[in-house]
Amino acid sequence: MEELLFLQREILPALFKGLKVSILLIVPSAFCGLCIGILVGALRVYGGAAARRIADIYVALFRGVPLVVQLFTWYFGLPHVGIYLSPFTASVLGFSLCSGAYHSEYVRGALLSIKKGQLLAAQALGFTKLRMVMIVILPQGLRRALPGCGNELIYLIKYSSLAYMVTCIELTGEAKILASHSFKYLEVFFAVGVFYLVLVSVAGRLLHYLEEHLTLPGFEHHR
Amino acid sequence: MESAGFVSISEMEPILRVENVRKRYGKREILKGVSLSIRRGELKVLIGPSGGGKSTFLQCINYLVTPDEGDIWLEGRHIDHTHKRELYRYRQQVGMIFQDFNLFDHLSAVQNIEVSLIHVKRMDRKPARERAMAELERVGLRGHADHYPAQLSGGQKQRVSIARALAMDPKVMLLDEPTSALDPELIGEVLSVIKDLVANGMTMIMATHQIGFSRALADEIVFMEDGRILERGPPLKILSDAKCERTREFCSKITELYGEAD
Ligand SMILES: Nc1ncnc2c1ncn2[C@@H]1O[C@H](COP(=O)(O)OP(=O)(O)O)[C@@H](O)[C@H]1O
Ligand SMILES: [Mg+2]
Repeated sequence: MEELLFLQREILPALFKGLKVSILLIVPSAFCGLCIGILVGALRVYGGAAARRIADIYVALFRGVPLVVQLFTWYFGLPHVGIYLSPFTASVLGFSLCSGAYHSEYVRGALLSIKKGQLLAAQALGFTKLRMVMIVILPQGLRRALPGCGNELIYLIKYSSLAYMVTCIELTGEAKILASHSFKYLEVFFAVGVFYLVLVSVAGRLLHYLEEHLTLPGFEHHR
Repeated sequence: MESAGFVSISEMEPILRVENVRKRYGKREILKGVSLSIRRGELKVLIGPSGGGKSTFLQCINYLVTPDEGDIWLEGRHIDHTHKRELYRYRQQVGMIFQDFNLFDHLSAVQNIEVSLIHVKRMDRKPARERAMAELERVGLRGHADHYPAQLSGGQKQRVSIARALAMDPKVMLLDEPTSALDPELIGEVLSVIKDLVANGMTMIMATHQIGFSRALADEIVFMEDGRILERGPPLKILSDAKCERTREFCSKITELYGEAD
């Protein structure tokens, strides 16, 4: 009984507060990350030599360095060169750049899998390269990239918990504070686990729905 | 045929002139100086063994493959393919049909046709849709407007791709073995669409092994082997009385393979 009261009075309000911050972190990071991923993925396949090189270096860097190190760099490192980011901004920046690098891998692979014949056909019709990419290639490539990118979004939900390392108190941060004050580690972190599970399940359903919705007639049986 | 001996100069001039096209990949020379001109309303058929360079030559004509050397004139105007805007405008005037159709998989039949009208010709959506439907009607597929490529047979896909090219009002069409990827029973429907084009005076260069079709309709047959044109002439001459030994060999082989029927 006492446990239940504690859950209702202490844990849930704090966790809902943290959840709100988490969602505020995840949504813009997911959006920016995806945009970066599409742009960088497209550049890596269809860009000029210089753009390709820069994009490759970006991916190598942001996939190669642990996310915590990246977050520390943005939050604790940048002030040394006179740039001060709030914990929230530093987190969104870190998450966007990191997930953009991963998304770009999925996008690149999907773009490369589009048959060359369709590109020839578009060129033969007089499409400019930019329009060919925007109108013929990306709509097909993004459909194929969706399962991979969806996976990355699920990861993002979970690694958003790293924001508390740069003092952005989101779901995990709230839980940590609560637990260390009350010493009810098991109860608190069990509840947090359930929260993340629900978040991930909701995102999974949405992605599944999107995939169904975007399936092309005649391709259903390929799944 | 009507007013014989009274043909205007513009009709005598080639609508498309291709001079001395050369292309090499690495050390291998794939095209060793190929020239071809065609007048308005003519059908020229390219034949020759696989690997002889027919596809490469056709793709050089609209610069899908950039030739190392060679010049092209369309209606007397020299094409500067290094000039992007000019290249895009030129390609709009030269339609291309591929062996494996190359429809856009994410678009329905009618969208496949209207997408280039909207995004290349900058037409409004409504007239683009009307034009696309008219072209589908012309190839007998009005009822399939909302089918996606994966829901169409090979013959239907090729007819949509022809409709897509026609919608751009090309001055010349290049056809690269348009029936080679089709099951035998589907070849007829595509050839009959192409026959209609011939009857309507479309200018075409077509690589094909359909001997009966070529004998009946081509103005000239061009035999290409190993990156060169070995022989050219009227169908009857090339198919039954070629000068060159290689041409004779090849023609008797494909006549055997693809038969007399068209
Ligand atoms: N992109 C390429 N790179 C290297 N070799 C090529 C390329 N495209 C075509 N070739 C070669 O050029 C030759 C001519 O090919 P192609 O034009 O397709 O002949 P055809 O259409 O008459 O069968 C072939 O030997 C082919 O291997
Ligand atoms: Mg070929």
